[in-house]
Amino acid sequence: MPDDVATRPVRLPDDRWHPLEIVFWLGLVTAFFLFPGYRVLGSQILITGLFAVSLDLILGYAGIVSLGHAAFFGVGAYTAGLLAVYGWGEPITGLFAGAATAAIVGYGTSFLVVRGHDLARLMMTLGIGFLLFEAANKAAFVTGGVDGLSGVVMWKLFGVFTFDFAGRTAYLYSLAVLFILFVVLRRVVASPFGLSLIGIRERSRRIPAIGAPLRQREVAIFTISAAVAGMAGALLAQTTQFVGLDVLSFSRSAEVLIILILGGAGRLYGGLIGAVVYMVAQDILSTYISAAYWRFWIGLLLVAIVLVAHGGILDGATAIYRRLTRGRS
Amino acid sequence: MITRGILATAVASAVAFGASHAEAQNTIKVGAVLEVTGPFASLAKQMTNGMQLYMKQHGDTVAGKRIELIIRDTTGAQPDIARRLTQELIARDNVDFIVGFALTPNALAAAPVVTEAKKPTIIMNAATSVIVSRSPYMTRVSMTLPQVTAPIAEWALKNNIKKVFTLVADYGPGLDSEATFKKTFTAGGGQIVGEVRTPFTNPDFGPFIQRIKDAAPEATFIFLPAGEQAIAFMKGFQERGLPQAGIRLIGPGDVVEDDVLEAIGDVALGAITSHHYSMAHESPQNAAYVKAYTDAYGATARPAFTSVAAYDGMAMIYEVARRLNGVIDGDKAMEIIKGMKIDSARGAISIDPETRDVIQTVYVRRVEKKNGRLFNVEFDKIADVKDPK
Amino acid sequence: MVAHLIGVLFDGISYGSLLFLIGVGLAVTLGLMNFVNLAHGAFAMLGGYSTVLVMSRYGVPFFLALPVAFVVSAAVGALLERTLYRRLYRASHLDQVLFSIGLTFMAISAATFVWGPTQQPVRVPSFLQGQVQIFGLDFGAYRLFLIGVVVVITLALGYLVERTRFGAQIRAAVDNQQVSAGLGINVDRIFCLTFALGSGLAGLGGGLGIEVLGLDPTFPLKYIVYFLLVAAVGGAGTISGPLATALILGVFDVAGKYYVPEIGAFVIYALMIVLLILFPSGLFGRRA
Repeated sequence: MPDDVATRPVRLPDDRWHPLEIVFWLGLVTAFFLFPGYRVLGSQILITGLFAVSLDLILGYAGIVSLGHAAFFGVGAYTAGLLAVYGWGEPITGLFAGAATAAIVGYGTSFLVVRGHDLARLMMTLGIGFLLFEAANKAAFVTGGVDGLSGVVMWKLFGVFTFDFAGRTAYLYSLAVLFILFVVLRRVVASPFGLSLIGIRERSRRIPAIGAPLRQREVAIFTISAAVAGMAGALLAQTTQFVGLDVLSFSRSAEVLIILILGGAGRLYGGLIGAVVYMVAQDILSTYISAAYWRFWIGLLLVAIVLVAHGGILDGATAIYRRLTRGRS
Repeated sequence: MITRGILATAVASAVAFGASHAEAQNTIKVGAVLEVTGPFASLAKQMTNGMQLYMKQHGDTVAGKRIELIIRDTTGAQPDIARRLTQELIARDNVDFIVGFALTPNALAAAPVVTEAKKPTIIMNAATSVIVSRSPYMTRVSMTLPQVTAPIAEWALKNNIKKVFTLVADYGPGLDSEATFKKTFTAGGGQIVGEVRTPFTNPDFGPFIQRIKDAAPEATFIFLPAGEQAIAFMKGFQERGLPQAGIRLIGPGDVVEDDVLEAIGDVALGAITSHHYSMAHESPQNAAYVKAYTDAYGATARPAFTSVAAYDGMAMIYEVARRLNGVIDGDKAMEIIKGMKIDSARGAISIDPETRDVIQTVYVRRVEKKNGRLFNVEFDKIADVKDPK
Repeated sequence: MVAHLIGVLFDGISYGSLLFLIGVGLAVTLGLMNFVNLAHGAFAMLGGYSTVLVMSRYGVPFFLALPVAFVVSAAVGALLERTLYRRLYRASHLDQVLFSIGLTFMAISAATFVWGPTQQPVRVPSFLQGQVQIFGLDFGAYRLFLIGVVVVITLALGYLVERTRFGAQIRAAVDNQQVSAGLGINVDRIFCLTFALGSGLAGLGGGLGIEVLGLDPTFPLKYIVYFLLVAAVGGAGTISGPLATALILGVFDVAGKYYVPEIGAFVIYALMIVLLILFPSGLFGRRA
């Protein structure tokens, strides 16, 4: 891809919505009506999808591999959860509070992360994740430790919609938040700022030469990514009305990375597609095939996808699409 | 060929669906929320074995209805998933009972859901005291950690152990158990000469064990999650010669769970613990249980307390179904459960009508070798122990 | 006081040795071959189960079971390299992560299916249990043994990679496949052998580790952080980097747990962060 950049006239990518994108979002709306028994699962897929999108901002656009992104997800979740436990159960403000604290933690830790090379960054994020996990466990008097934070009582959304157990509000609320954030982020990555990030990923040594402050941009996108991850965490805390220590766990960090790679990094939609495929597959396999051995089949799925299509589902699909259209013309 | 295969499958599943729909009136569904995969898989395995063993022994029909067990996997300590599965089992599968829960956070997250749906819920392992108070539809057939911890403190006091060093894993259950032990032990005149909390993912106990050795207590009280941690600790305890230095090992029975005892090996010999079940418990009921378990799951399979709780939980469901003549109503079921007595393999147990928590005998046991295999041999007991809180 | 210090130092070095042993295989595949093989733990687990199996079923003594663990894991590694791994040498690191995690999931389920989810027992020979006295100080026998194994492995690997023709070929093949092939080096064979070596070391580490780490099907994920610590923090491409990292982390972790147990859980991660700040491209980074 970088080779045809030079021959193309320089302008920002156009911002029009592709028909497939519209189909995708309408599909998420339709799913609400088609599968009423799966709304809770649906809301958790949307939240995980948003979390994966946040990881995509740093991995897909700035090339920072993180194995500790749950740190920010967890900070957001605990912020929203604790607010509600201590009497402020208003969802929207809780969401922003989650994003804000996660952004602060993200900004603070970004300086540690951006300075190293790939493996060092990976280990740095992993280390930060573990430190926060241990800290939350130690601070059981605030967080509830491994027993989890219960007593999260949410007020009605806009004073109207109760968070019901069937996940009706949870699904629509998560979908709305995801969509709004997605529109914003879609704009961000298509802006000159977003393009300079891709530049960082592709040719990090040359970026300073064109006058882009590399470290600053990396810090900025890392902070934005942390804020979005925090919002996803806050969403989970609010819709589950419980916060377990697992929100900060290594396995959550690892899982979201797997989901993003599965979907395809670097195009925002990869995280969403990955979350849908991974979690639906997990649900189907563990329900209908085997509760004990479903992981074998999901492992096989991952291996097969890598062998068939490098770059995740989206890249694979694009390659197949290109081959088909070329064959026709 | 392929299309015909798919068509056949579709027809078959449609038929099956129709059949199951018609059958729905004639089944009692039990939804199990369990940690089937992940680090707690062995607990879930024991619990599944216990439930299925009961169904195998007693037939899957009671009061004219077929009992159907549906198992769903939380993948570990994942309260968000546990809560979702509970909701789905109730809303989609129309279960009549919710059971399972090896871990506290999973049970706590599900509590509001079962309360809302008025589904009788049987906690089959999770041992934090507070759980059953979170929903009037929850009961517990396993144990609480304080319940099985306090007796070892009393035993230590009775046996002239005055100075104890405590070592617990630094997480909820570890801290609960530490608090209970300290409270009971110091109230009886015992002295805590040192305490340490170990990271709860921790492969090397060497430095902690060295601290204990340097402090030279009469006994070490430990609580660690059963599994590789307990194994590593016991091995380190022997390696550094603490038993030779006259330091005894005491604690609640989780560290010498029957299922991991063989993996710990001879280094466990002499450990004294208090717990509500040992597979070496001497009673006709337990002999029958252990035999049935090994017949079903292989000669080397060892039933642990987790399997017994699940087995008794299933017995509870059968009893409720019989008494309600197959029509399960949440409130009526809970009334029957309150005060229910079960003739368990661990001895008689009952459900406290007020707290809905289990009341049972707690035994003091020592790890001994019999016929080349390791067992927790009971030598003392305290009857009718309630959760001390 | 001094005895304490020596004791802590010894425990730290032996703990570091253990970390090195379970991670050195990954240091080979990741460091030398630049392949992110997160299924490293699965090969270690395979070595562990092989050890347990040949000991309990065929009564093979521990010291013979360890080479068996090496050979079994190396053979399976070579087989998978020929059939699957080699297709991904040119793929991105992300694809390698996804692929090897997929393999790990499959291995975990398969192990659960075959051996069940419970812990496996291992009996080390009696002279490796307990402590031995040297100069009036007590040292854990198994810990001494682990340190000894590390010395042997380090010397052997160092010799193999730095001094032999095979080592030179590995380094050449990794740096530039085309040129190496042009020089008549059988790159395919070299890669297969190196991968088998990494897998075999993983299996050996698995067999040696059971005594301390236990063995159940979640092994590959439970200790993945430790594998990464050793292989990634030390700097890719060397054996001394991972060794130094493992020893430093081991000593400080043990010292932290002994002297300030209240913050024992934080020491290893905090120290890792400090190391990464001081040496962003690894302690002994060959490739920056």
